[in-house]
Amino acid sequence: MVAAPRVPTPAAIRCPGCGGNIELRGFSHTRSAVCVQCSTIIDPSTPELTILQRFDDRMRVQPIIPLGTRGKWQGTLYEVIGFQVRTINSDGVDYSWHEYLLFNPYRGFRYLTQYDGHWSDVIPVHGLPAFTTMSGRKAASYNGTVYAHFQNARAETTFVMGEFPWAVRVGETNVVDDYTAPPYLLSSEVTEDEVNWSFSTYVPADTIWHAFGLKGAPPPARGIYVNQPSPYAGKAGKAWSTFIKLLLVWGVLLAWFVFSASNREVFRHAYHFAQTSPGEHSFVTDVFQIDGRGNLEVELRTDLNNNWAYFNLALLREDGSQGFDFGREVSYYSGRDSDGAWSEGKARDSVTLPRVAAGRYYLRIEPEMDPQASAQAASGMSMNYEVVLRRDVPSSWLFWLALPFLILPPVVTSIRAAAFETQRWAESDYGTNSGSGSSGGDDDE
Amino acid sequence: MSRAANCPACGAPVQFAWSSAVQTACPYCKAILVRHDVDLEKVGEVADLPPDASPIQILSEGVFDNKRFTVIGRIRYEWEQGAWNEWHILFADQTSGWLSDAQADYAVSFLAQPPAERFPAGEELPRGRVFQLQGAQFMVTHLTRVHYVGFEGELPFTTTDRSEFLSADLRTQDARFATIDYSEEPPLLFLGRFVDFDSLKMSNLREFEGW
Repeated sequence: MVAAPRVPTPAAIRCPGCGGNIELRGFSHTRSAVCVQCSTIIDPSTPELTILQRFDDRMRVQPIIPLGTRGKWQGTLYEVIGFQVRTINSDGVDYSWHEYLLFNPYRGFRYLTQYDGHWSDVIPVHGLPAFTTMSGRKAASYNGTVYAHFQNARAETTFVMGEFPWAVRVGETNVVDDYTAPPYLLSSEVTEDEVNWSFSTYVPADTIWHAFGLKGAPPPARGIYVNQPSPYAGKAGKAWSTFIKLLLVWGVLLAWFVFSASNREVFRHAYHFAQTSPGEHSFVTDVFQIDGRGNLEVELRTDLNNNWAYFNLALLREDGSQGFDFGREVSYYSGRDSDGAWSEGKARDSVTLPRVAAGRYYLRIEPEMDPQASAQAASGMSMNYEVVLRRDVPSSWLFWLALPFLILPPVVTSIRAAAFETQRWAESDYGTNSGSGSSGGDDDE
Repeated sequence: MSRAANCPACGAPVQFAWSSAVQTACPYCKAILVRHDVDLEKVGEVADLPPDASPIQILSEGVFDNKRFTVIGRIRYEWEQGAWNEWHILFADQTSGWLSDAQADYAVSFLAQPPAERFPAGEELPRGRVFQLQGAQFMVTHLTRVHYVGFEGELPFTTTDRSEFLSADLRTQDARFATIDYSEEPPLLFLGRFVDFDSLKMSNLREFEGW
């Protein structure tokens, strides 16, 4: 058998409407060819060039990718041979998207769709998606992925250009259901006697501009599109897992910090104080040795009740080279009223001096009490108290200060991810905007 | 059965690539020849097929499920929204199947044993009806009134009764499909799956000007 000769480029046809030339690119696949001059749709597969429709072209739209443009797309050379505008109407507002029909004589047809600067690559689905539910909403399952139902709409073909392998007509409507699992979209189109499924993948406009050698920059995408991948997708989860890891490190460091601190007592002494006794109330303790390095905690334990005391304290080096002056107020009040028992303050107080060099030290202590307190307090103007000094106590406040900084990134990422999804779903049948329709892409900056 | 015979109309030698071929066309006088045992009978004359844009042709070769095949025949059909080709493909083990090409959307199928329970008549087959076939759920998605346009090469049956018949398309979730072909009684069942063109690794294809 002799091999058939190379398939010739289809000859242009003469429009039966206006006599203009109609170039053909789809070989004998073409069932509809549009005359741009007189907006007539012709079936070039019929010898008499049957007119399928003359349509109102007031809605004329210029395709961004000119018909006849070729480009290597998904590894295959494709030519743009058809262009159609499809429109859905939601509460009186029209939303239109553009469909570019791509053709390769060996690999057939596929589409590019464009809405508000968002592009998708579309191929037919040969399998039969199954209907299911997801979080109580309609969903479709296909190839192991569940797609959440986004919207149901009646789509009308509002403008056509170029050629198509089926009989296309302006004004024809189909019921379209979109199911999303970004960056993928599963769509069903119901015609009179069958359901057609298609599978879209969100593609950055740049890749299309590059593949088809288009001039200039693609129009910026506005709003968030149904299958636009979230820049936060997976990031919230990652941020949380990072947080968990950091938290573990944090915990280990904290434990090490606490357990490695020597926390030993270097001084302890009990005293009695009475405000009424005459003379200078300040006194100095015996000299004691502070070894090693780190901080020093000064703790005051009193038996104050419904009373307060003030301590002027100074930790002084025996050789006079260094001194720490500080004051602490200790107060404790308690009682019972109509609401029950209450208390305020504490009878003990402690303060940590951050860095105290090793050496020999003594304390100067000057307690002070309220002369008026004697009237109310049973203890009058006296108290017993104890001073305890501990060397190298664990201080974890820095750790607790760091904790909010650790948790901030995952929380912020989660909030942003949720906000992105909220904006995406606002345009769906389940969103806040679905009833108004007025807050579509046009309002977005 | 012999693979060589002479055309009963013009006497030209007719070679068969497939020993079980039932119908072919005389390459010289375009007689439609049907084989009865050893005899060839002329049942009509081949009409020229209208031009079509399939990249496949007789003697194109390819691979399906790791088995090489050669295209030995084709039937062209039409339905209300277009036309498609069923390419008759012959494997090395002498089994044959069909490579369908509907606007460069490809599928491979084979004649299968219908289930014991008879299929309902085509007119009574509702869309959405599910059949359990070879362990999978096949759902009826479309009923097509099919018109025969023409043939070339070798076929496993005659096209005499195929001028118009009803065909039901069924699909599974995982892109397998079935066709219930009502051109015969009982109806024929074909089972297959959609294939990616590149996976067929086809050679000896037609060339397209400008491509």
